[in-house]
Amino acid sequence: MSSQLNGGRAPAPPAVRPNQEVFAETLLEAARRDPTVLVVTSDSRGSGRLVEFAAELPERIVELGIAEQNLVGVAAGLAAGGHTVFAVSPACFLTTRSLEQIKNDVAYSGHKVVLVGISAGVSYGALGSTHHSLNDFASLRALNNLDIVVPADNRQTREAVLAALHHPRPLYLRFGKRPVPDLPAGACGFSIGRGECIAEGSDAALVATGETVWRAMAARSALAEDGVSCRVLCMHSIRPFDGAALLDAARSVRAVVCVEEHSVHGGLGEQCAALLMQEGVQVPFRIMGIPDEYTVTGSQEEILSHYGISPRGIAGEMRRLLACPQD
Amino acid sequence: MTDRELALTSIRYRRMVLRIIKEAGAGHTGGSLSCIDILNVLYNDVLNVAPATFADPARDRYIHSKGHCVEALYTVLADRGFFPDAHLHTLSHYQSHFVGHPTRKVNGVEHNTGALGHGLSVATGLALAGARSSRRFRVFALLGDGELTEGSVWEAAMAAAHYGLDNLVVIVDRNGLQISGRTEDVMGLEPLAQRFSAFGLEVRTCDGHDITELRAAFDEIPFAPGRPSLLLAHTVKGKGVSFMEGQAGWHHHVPNEHEYRLALQELQSAEAELQVAHG
Repeated sequence: MSSQLNGGRAPAPPAVRPNQEVFAETLLEAARRDPTVLVVTSDSRGSGRLVEFAAELPERIVELGIAEQNLVGVAAGLAAGGHTVFAVSPACFLTTRSLEQIKNDVAYSGHKVVLVGISAGVSYGALGSTHHSLNDFASLRALNNLDIVVPADNRQTREAVLAALHHPRPLYLRFGKRPVPDLPAGACGFSIGRGECIAEGSDAALVATGETVWRAMAARSALAEDGVSCRVLCMHSIRPFDGAALLDAARSVRAVVCVEEHSVHGGLGEQCAALLMQEGVQVPFRIMGIPDEYTVTGSQEEILSHYGISPRGIAGEMRRLLACPQD
Repeated sequence: MTDRELALTSIRYRRMVLRIIKEAGAGHTGGSLSCIDILNVLYNDVLNVAPATFADPARDRYIHSKGHCVEALYTVLADRGFFPDAHLHTLSHYQSHFVGHPTRKVNGVEHNTGALGHGLSVATGLALAGARSSRRFRVFALLGDGELTEGSVWEAAMAAAHYGLDNLVVIVDRNGLQISGRTEDVMGLEPLAQRFSAFGLEVRTCDGHDITELRAAFDEIPFAPGRPSLLLAHTVKGKGVSFMEGQAGWHHHVPNEHEYRLALQELQSAEAELQVAHG
């Protein structure tokens, strides 16, 4: 990844592999061991990196064609029939076209489907807003009995897939399609429902999820050059949400910036804001996400940078926030 | 049970459906009465489902896609011993598990339904699981005709045929009416049999109130090897109570005291006729 694309200031760590590739590889390993594992797809095995899975275990992949509502309903039925089902489809279609099936047939009926939203956020870049999923946190967070996990790197992806096999509730996993760098692990390790503090800091906190986490880490390096000590809290679990980790961070620093590849409405940032306000924690606070508009044309990198979600943009936002303490 | 015993059971069910709807002050009267004979034959003659074996992975599965007609389902499940009759009288009460659409909070219910057009997808998934299982099981789904305008029904029909699910049995309660009026006026469904047939399902038709015809139809499943079976059951909305029959207004109209008494009288006469005819 060039430093120019990265925002020009702090070099990004080398990108490793796309999370959805690691997802597919981990799932294949799991399926070899566990005969109950089934994958259902909506003409999405290529984008889901499941071609190898299909070649090795053809009887364990159920193709349903471009029919996402039916995909989720069938997945619920298969789960009710005793299978461990991963329903894999682009996040943009899976979480909007099939929202009623997710609500009723999976969450309300309590069938433990693992919904896998691939090429999520603005992964599809210049394909445009039809293909972006920037409202999935907002809509799915408001559904009862559905957990939401957004791994930031390959390690978390692998851990999330393994955890999904035995998760006690319906689950939504969200993956992007671009290679992402490896990140440090938090002391607590990966566990659904726990935030991972992947870097300590005492002046400020960056709270991020998914593919914005490495950008937050790079912003932390830039801020360190200014003498700002910045904690990075990786919230891979949007639900259950680790409120304690957020409160601990917010009470320890002078500013909090939340970063997400999602609309600023209804996502991680508003979730954090609500908790802080209800707990009476007053701290200078910003939400960085996609504003209330259909996105500018560009690659994922260009779109995110356009809205300030780059190491430079995040660092700049934090500097401004620290320079203007609120009353 | 003999056909006559089942016919008498249907009358008993109709009486209970009307009673619990009247008590609750809400319910889907017309559609519950149109599908009750189908449910009666399924639960008393076809499905290998009983309270003691409800956790058995090899049991037949029943999906009540037309979830609004929950009073028919609750009535039959109570009669089959899934819960005491007394629970029926809590329908729609504050904090009751007996919601106005089926949920798995009620013993015997396989899947939460109510939003239309979902049941066939879930049944297709279950049938895929059943076909893969060493203890192959069958899946039955009851669809209303009004919900057939949902596109997801046809997505599911396509998939069920694609996978050759001959352990799947779809029953359409073809009463010809929906909340706004005749299905053919709201959105034409005909030629319905040909449409399902074109999607790859093997279609049979029957009188959905004739116990003998229903039993004969279910005796023939699968209607064709390697294809899902579809039973187009011609029914009458509000069947069994003359002033409710064929009236879209009775879709979710609740009988008042006078109407309730008249309805019970009609059912009593029908019962007496059956008993005399065979007595």
